[in-house]
Amino acid sequence: MDMPAPNAVVLARKDRIVERLRAVLPADAVISAEAELRVYECDALTAYRCAPLAAVLPRTTAEVAAVLKVCHAEGVPVVPRGSGTSLAGGAMPTADAVILGVARMTGVLEVDYPNRFIRVQTGRTNLAVTGAVEADGFFYAPDPSSQLACAIAGNIAMNSGGAHCLKYGVTTNNLLGVTLVQMDGTVVELGGPFMDAGGIDLLGVICGSEGQLGVVTEATLRILPKPEGARPVLIAFDSSEVAGACVSDIIKAGVLPVAIEFMDRPCIEACEAFAKAGYPMTEALLIVEVEGSEAEIAAQLELIGEIARRHAPVEFREARSEDEAKRIWLGRKSAFGAMGQINDYMCLDGTIPVSELPRVLRGIGTLSREFGLDVANVFHAGDGNMHPLILFNANTPGDLERCEALGAEILKLCVEVGGCLTGEHGVGIEKRDLMGVQYAPDDLEAQMQVKDVFDPGWLLNPAKVFPLAASAGRRAG
Amino acid sequence: MRPETEDEIAAALRDATGPLVLRGGGTRALGAASGTVLETGGLSGVTLYDPGALTLVARAGTRLAELEALLASEGQRLAFEVPDLRGVLGRQGDSTLGGVIATNASGPRRVQAGAARDFLLGVRFVDGTGRIVKNGGRVMKNVTGYDLVKLLAGSHGTLGVLTEVSLKVLPAPAAQATLVLEGLDDAQAVAAMAQALGSPFDVTGAAHWPGRGTFLRVEGLAAQVAYRAGRLQALLGGQIAPDGPWAEIRDVAPFHDQPGDVWRLSAKPSDAPGLVVRAGAEAVLYDWGGGLVWLRMAQGTDLRARLGRFQGHATLVRGTGWPVFHPEPAPVAALTAGLRAQFDPRGILNHGLMG
Repeated sequence: MDMPAPNAVVLARKDRIVERLRAVLPADAVISAEAELRVYECDALTAYRCAPLAAVLPRTTAEVAAVLKVCHAEGVPVVPRGSGTSLAGGAMPTADAVILGVARMTGVLEVDYPNRFIRVQTGRTNLAVTGAVEADGFFYAPDPSSQLACAIAGNIAMNSGGAHCLKYGVTTNNLLGVTLVQMDGTVVELGGPFMDAGGIDLLGVICGSEGQLGVVTEATLRILPKPEGARPVLIAFDSSEVAGACVSDIIKAGVLPVAIEFMDRPCIEACEAFAKAGYPMTEALLIVEVEGSEAEIAAQLELIGEIARRHAPVEFREARSEDEAKRIWLGRKSAFGAMGQINDYMCLDGTIPVSELPRVLRGIGTLSREFGLDVANVFHAGDGNMHPLILFNANTPGDLERCEALGAEILKLCVEVGGCLTGEHGVGIEKRDLMGVQYAPDDLEAQMQVKDVFDPGWLLNPAKVFPLAASAGRRAG
Repeated sequence: MRPETEDEIAAALRDATGPLVLRGGGTRALGAASGTVLETGGLSGVTLYDPGALTLVARAGTRLAELEALLASEGQRLAFEVPDLRGVLGRQGDSTLGGVIATNASGPRRVQAGAARDFLLGVRFVDGTGRIVKNGGRVMKNVTGYDLVKLLAGSHGTLGVLTEVSLKVLPAPAAQATLVLEGLDDAQAVAAMAQALGSPFDVTGAAHWPGRGTFLRVEGLAAQVAYRAGRLQALLGGQIAPDGPWAEIRDVAPFHDQPGDVWRLSAKPSDAPGLVVRAGAEAVLYDWGGGLVWLRMAQGTDLRARLGRFQGHATLVRGTGWPVFHPEPAPVAALTAGLRAQFDPRGILNHGLMG
C-alpha cells in the first residue's frame, strides 16, 4: 500500500507545530511523545501502520477550530479520527500528519422526544447514543457491528450502515444536521432539527466524505420509537442459490423485515465451532428478523414461512423465546470473532443487486479456488451488502498480497454485476486504488472538485479515497 | 432545445452561449430563471426494472405517470409519495422523473420513509461544462466515493442536467387506515402528531388541516394496520377511516384556485404553531407532524421578515418579490457558490434561481 512521502518541511518543524498546538489546547490534549503516538499508527485495518507527527484530543468545537487554524497556517495534513475502528484505513495517518481525535467529545447536548432528535458531540459511541434515549423508549437506528466502540464521527465519515438498515436506512438517512469545522477553522452549521436542505444538500455530501471535507464535531440525529418487539427466524437451505431466490421473494412480497442476514457453509461451520449456536450444517442460512407486536410478528412470520416453504428449506426455525432468539443471532454476531480464531482475515464489503447473489457467490467460489484461499460469506442479504471474509496467514510471506489480489478480483466482480466496491466500510486507503474500476476519470474528477471547494489546500485526510496518481496534482507537498 | 440523448445534452451544454432554463415536464419548477429552454422530455425510457432487488433505473425525461403505472403492475411504488404541484402552481403538463429528483419532491410519507433523496441510489448528469458524470449506482448501500447523488437531489438544476436516475422502490402495502382527530387547534394537533410519531405504531402520515381535522395514517399487512390504528385510537381518541385525504394534503389541494403567495416552511415541528402565529397567514396546512407547513399569504408578504430567526427554512413556492430559496449564512453560501462555480463555471444552469 503506497502512501505519499511525508513532507520534509513539516517533519523538520515538528517542535514548532507541537508548540503552537499546545498554545491553543489544554496541556493534556496534545500528544507528541513517540511511544504515546503508537496508539494512533493504525485503525482496524492493522496491516498498515505509520505513527503520526502528533495527536490532539480537543474537547470542544472551538478547540477543534483552533487546532485546524494552526495546522492550516503550518501546512500540516490533518487526519480526523473517531474511535479508530475503520476497516478501510480511514484514520491511518502519514508521518507528517496530525491526528485529530474526537474521543473526548462524548457529550449529549440536547434530547428532544416530541421532535424525535438527539444532538451529540461526535466522539460519542453509536451505542451510547441509543443508551442516552432507550430508557424513554427510543433508539438510534444505524447499527454497525462495531457499535459498542465506533464513534458517531466515524459513522458520519463513512456513512455507516448495519444489519438493520434494510428497514431504517444508513447514517445519511438518519442524520439531520452537523456542526462542521472546515480546514481553515471556519465553523459551519448544516441542517438541524428539521427536514431537508433549504438549498443545495451540503449535509448529504458531508456524510460519507471520509473526513476529507471538514471535521464534524456535533451531530443532530433522528431517533425512533423502539418497536414493541422483534423476533428472528432461521431458515436453512441446501443451496445458496435457493436461499438467494428466497430473499428476493420475501422482499417482493411486501413484508419488509428489519434484517435479512445470510451465511454460507464455511461461515456456518466456523461460527458453529466457535459459538455452538446449534445451527444446522448446511449450504446456506438466512436469519430474518421482523418487528412489531406479538400479533404483527406472527402475521409477518406466517407470510415469510409461506414464501420460504415454496423453496423447500431444510429447516425453518422460529424463536419461541427470548433465549431461542438470542441463540439464532449468537452465531451470526460471533462470525467475525469465529473467523479471527481460525486465521487472519480480510473483510470486504462490496454491494451487489440482490438478484445477482447466486452468480456472485459462484464467482467468489471460483476465485477462491484459483487463489488458493478460503472465503467465507456472511452478509446483509436484504440490501445486497456482501461481507466476504478472505482467510489468510499474515505470517506466511506473500499471503497478504495474495489475499489483497483476491479481494480486488471479488470487488471487480461486484462492480461488474452492477454493484459497488464498498457498501458501508468506506474507501479509505484499502480500496483507493480500485476506484478506477467503478468510476471513470471524469467521475473522480467531479468528486475531487468537491474537495477543492471545502479544502482547497487538500490538507484534510488527503491520501485517501482517490487513487494517489489521480490526486497527486492537488495534494500539498 | 429538446435533445434526445445524453450526448446531445452534453453537446448542447458545451455549445451553449448563454443561460439555459432546464425543463422536464414544466410542472414543478420554482422561480423564474431566464434563458433558452432546454427540455429533457426527449430523454425517456426505463433502462432497468428489477422488482426483486427493489430497483428502478430510468432516463430523466421519463414521465412520472409511466413509472408509477409500471411499478403498480408489480405491486410496488415510489415510497416518498411524489406531490403533484400543478394545482398549486397553475401548471399543465406531465411531470418527469428528472424534475421530481431535481426538486427533491416528497409527500406526506417523507416523515416516516424519507425524502426523494433518501431513495435515490445513483445519477448520471451533465454538468455546466458539458461533462458527463456518473455517481452512485443501483445498489441499496454504496459509500464508494463522495455522495454527489445527494447534492444533485434538490439542486433544482443548478449543478447539472440529470440524464439517468436510479431509485430504490418499495412494495405497496396491502392495507392502510387513517385515524381522524377533530377539533384540535394547531398546537394540540402538533402535540398529538408528536405523540403518534413517537409511538411504536409506525405512522406513515401525520397532517393537520385546520378546519377539517388531524390525520394519522398507518400502512402494512391487514392485521398490522388494524392493530396499529386501534392502538393509536386508544392513545388519542378519534375515528378510524379506511382512507384519508392524503392526495389532497400531498398536493396542497386547499390552496388550489386560491389567491395569494404560497410558501413552504420546513421547521422543528414543535416550533411550527408559533411560527404560524408570527406569519399571519391566510391559510395553513401542516404535514410531516408539523415539520412541514404550507402557508398561503397575502401577495407580496415577506414571510421571512415576519418569522425572524428560526431553525429551518422557508421557500417561496408561488409568488414573486423575494428570493425563492432561503438565504444561507455566509459560510454556507460560500460553499454552495463554490460548488456551483466548479460544476457550472459559466453560470448558465438555471442562473439566478438559487443563491
